[in-house]
Amino acid sequence: MSAITDLSAAELAAAIAAGRAGAEEAAKAYLAVIEQREGQIGAFNEVLADRALDEARAIDRRRAAGEPLGPLAGVPVAIKDNLCTAYGRTTCSSRMLENFQAPYTATAVGKLQDAGAVIIGKTNMDEFAMGSSTENSGFGPTRNPWDVSRVPGGSSGGSAAAVAAGMCPAALGSDTGGSIRQPAALCGVVGLKPTYGRVSRYGLVAYGSSLDQIGPLTHDVTDCALLTRVIAGYDRADSTSIPQDVPDYLAAIEKPIAGLRVGLPKEFFSQALDSEIRQAVLAAGEAIKAAGARIVEVSLPTSRVDSDGDGKLSSFAVACYYIVASAEASSNLARYDGVHYGYRTPAKVDDIVDLYCRSRAEGLGAEVKRRIMLGAYTLSSGYYDAYYLKALKVRRLIKNDFDRAFQSCDLLLCPTTPTTAFKLGEKTADPLTMYLADVYTLSVNLAGLPGLSVPAAISAAGLPIGMQLIGPVFSEGRLLQVARAYETATGITRLKPPQ
Amino acid sequence: MVDQNDIVLPIIGLEIHVELDTQTKMFCRCRNRFGDPPNTNVCPVCIGMPGVLPVMNRRAVELSMKVGMALGCQVASVTKWDRKSYWYPDLPKNYQISQYDLPLSSNGLLEVPLADGATKAVRILRAHLEEDAGKNVHDLPSGTGVDLNRAGVPLLEIVSQPDMNSVEEAAAYARTMQRLVRWLGASLANMQMGHMRFEPNINLHITRGGKVHKTPIVEVKNLNSFRSLEGAVAWEIRRQYAAWQEDPEGFTIERQGKQNRGYDDATGQTVFQRGKEEAHDYRYFPDPDLVSVQPDQAWLQAIADSIGELPLARRQRYIDQYRLTFKEADALTQDAPTGDLLDAAVAAGADPKRCVNLMLSRGSAIANERGCSIAQIGLSPAPLAELAIMLHSGQVNATAAAKIFDLMLDGRQTPAAIAAEQGLLAVTEAGEVEAWVDAAIAANPQAAGDVREGGKKAKKAFGFLTGQVMQASRGAANPQQVQEILTRKLG
Ligand SMILES: [Zn+2]
Repeated sequence: MSAITDLSAAELAAAIAAGRAGAEEAAKAYLAVIEQREGQIGAFNEVLADRALDEARAIDRRRAAGEPLGPLAGVPVAIKDNLCTAYGRTTCSSRMLENFQAPYTATAVGKLQDAGAVIIGKTNMDEFAMGSSTENSGFGPTRNPWDVSRVPGGSSGGSAAAVAAGMCPAALGSDTGGSIRQPAALCGVVGLKPTYGRVSRYGLVAYGSSLDQIGPLTHDVTDCALLTRVIAGYDRADSTSIPQDVPDYLAAIEKPIAGLRVGLPKEFFSQALDSEIRQAVLAAGEAIKAAGARIVEVSLPTSRVDSDGDGKLSSFAVACYYIVASAEASSNLARYDGVHYGYRTPAKVDDIVDLYCRSRAEGLGAEVKRRIMLGAYTLSSGYYDAYYLKALKVRRLIKNDFDRAFQSCDLLLCPTTPTTAFKLGEKTADPLTMYLADVYTLSVNLAGLPGLSVPAAISAAGLPIGMQLIGPVFSEGRLLQVARAYETATGITRLKPPQ
Repeated sequence: MVDQNDIVLPIIGLEIHVELDTQTKMFCRCRNRFGDPPNTNVCPVCIGMPGVLPVMNRRAVELSMKVGMALGCQVASVTKWDRKSYWYPDLPKNYQISQYDLPLSSNGLLEVPLADGATKAVRILRAHLEEDAGKNVHDLPSGTGVDLNRAGVPLLEIVSQPDMNSVEEAAAYARTMQRLVRWLGASLANMQMGHMRFEPNINLHITRGGKVHKTPIVEVKNLNSFRSLEGAVAWEIRRQYAAWQEDPEGFTIERQGKQNRGYDDATGQTVFQRGKEEAHDYRYFPDPDLVSVQPDQAWLQAIADSIGELPLARRQRYIDQYRLTFKEADALTQDAPTGDLLDAAVAAGADPKRCVNLMLSRGSAIANERGCSIAQIGLSPAPLAELAIMLHSGQVNATAAAKIFDLMLDGRQTPAAIAAEQGLLAVTEAGEVEAWVDAAIAANPQAAGDVREGGKKAKKAFGFLTGQVMQASRGAANPQQVQEILTRKLG
């Protein structure tokens, strides 16, 4: 394979800007990798080959004409298929939106385009971003490039797998309860969920609106900083986006970390945690300490992860998350009714209610239906106080725990996932077990904080282990800085799965 | 069963939906305009496409706060947006963005003048802002279609306490509210364009033998004219009393609670609506796509300052200060700009009564023809004042003034210039008037004789001769002067 695909996004953009490489050449090289590996991995719902080549050639022409190029000029980027693009389809991996062509482009994607990125395709995902394995796709699962009998994680599994398999140097995902960080960990790539409001959600098909956030998946921390810098910022079209300047993350990440206090939340290292993962994350803490940071123990009681009598995990945060996210999902997905657009049942219907019921029954998958029903139930009068309102209170407690923890440390270090990549089908029969795959990530969404997953080690079985860095709001720069220090100290970066 | 001693007290509350007169919709930049071809004022946001997000229209919030303040409501220091879920083809997202537990305004009062001169105070429970739904269009060749032009238009829902006790009170409340929202510029409040819709809640408290019986509460949905409102309330009062008499133990609020009915304009009857009466579960929860609104003191003050004199206060001022009749004052306070015009003309030195006469004669006629307010016919304070002064000083007579009035509306010429050009200035040159009088007497010896003789025919003959003189002068003579000369010559 051509060496051009060994470059990082930052290196590729620099090479293209300097004329050492061509954007068309890069696009062709990556399309060739996709051609070669897609059959095995299933990372893409749609590969935008023609459009990507046109865009790449346009970049090359601009460079030849001496026009200014953006920081991602010529870099192929894959987009999770719940981000609207005014070209191709935006399906959310759902039959319901199988033929949906958005008339607009998501703000985050538009910013990538403005920076010169070449959008190479739309990646597979759990239907409407509901799932932790990318097995809940309406169009078939994605497989983990490290072991194709295993899941890539979810719901941004397509994006994580595409990067891990070398089909693109970077991708965008969305993270509602861990959907960027968890597949990043299972696929051995870097994934950032920015602070809620840091990146505009305009054009992201909503799942849990108060939790959803768009973020990048990349091979290394530098690329993560580069993409975050491009997609972050206030957007008038999203009232929940925050009008605050975007720092130069790239400049921030090379600073020394001496004196930073890294907290280990003891509740995330209980007996419930896989011992190999615990050792890997604690070892990473030692490496960070060696690089000059201090390690302190902190407590996040409301987010604690316990193990019940059967050895299964349990967590208040998981219960809280599934109530909040499902409630919002039940409302966000009410528009898919067979009347306005999207899938409509071909059956002859009795009346409008019949049309709604059949269209939704046929167009939506089991996991989506499960969460819609759960959400409608918890919002209904008589149950609202017992479930939704209580979940909001727990959410507040979780946030308070983080606030308290950040009084004694600058950021937290913890596992990203309770296990390494599991086998396809292993957890599909038991939704509750599947929900626990996000047990270490979803508190971060409930609290609106930034969380970063970076590869920490490779397990004895040869699977990636991720570690998670969590910080106060708008501390993306600091998380990237510590992660970069870890990369530098250990050389664990740009992991390549065995071919 | 009919008992002449029954005391029947209707208890009526009213929900009024008012479409706000904003340029754009509540949560997107689409045009807010009635009557455009279906689905032309739509965008991904107001048709609820996947991935889009609402952005609040600040102007709609301001207009709503203005109405709330004018109603003496408490304007919330924090207000938020909630989603109200229900399934309907004209509701694009299958939820409506509304306000549930923190309405923009609450606890106000509207003083409602009644025909007998009394005033009824109606308490306002709340006024909250929401987006309107679209419209199902039936009877298309292709079946039923959905027009989403109205989807997302800002709608202020004003909910009263059940303080009204008669058809007249309910209608007077609705009319007073219409005048207020127009006055504030919050809504055009045009019933034909669906800018105002009413949903009365009606039941009866019937006292028989010292015991009070309450009939089930009926909510009549979606009334879009004052006539329907009056008809529906009147029908419900009659129907509920009759139904209660049939079944005094069963037809009660305790047994039957609340039901929704529709109103049939053709028959003047309300009809039971199936479906809507089921215990509705709207699954309200805070809309995570919109941040809460916390109006700061400066913003609130600026809105409070923009309210100014309210219509009923101004009407009273016109009666007291300008000596207008109730009817005149009422007609001039239907909207603020019409009254503002009068005030400006008076400030420019004109006599109030003269201005009012001009505005309510030709002005009102033209406004009626065009279906607009008097302020919208092109009248400006300066020419109005000038014409009123000319009329008052006898420079022109009423007939001439009416002609000048029409010609000055385009604003190209002043009344004086028009009068001069059209030969409409009163002729007060005694010699000239006298010549016209002599000619009239000479041409009409019979009438002149009748006047000289006095008696029954004298008055009519005098009027005839005056008319002849005025005609000869083509309206330019001063009628008072003509009559003086006539009297002198024939007296
Ligand atoms: Zn719109």
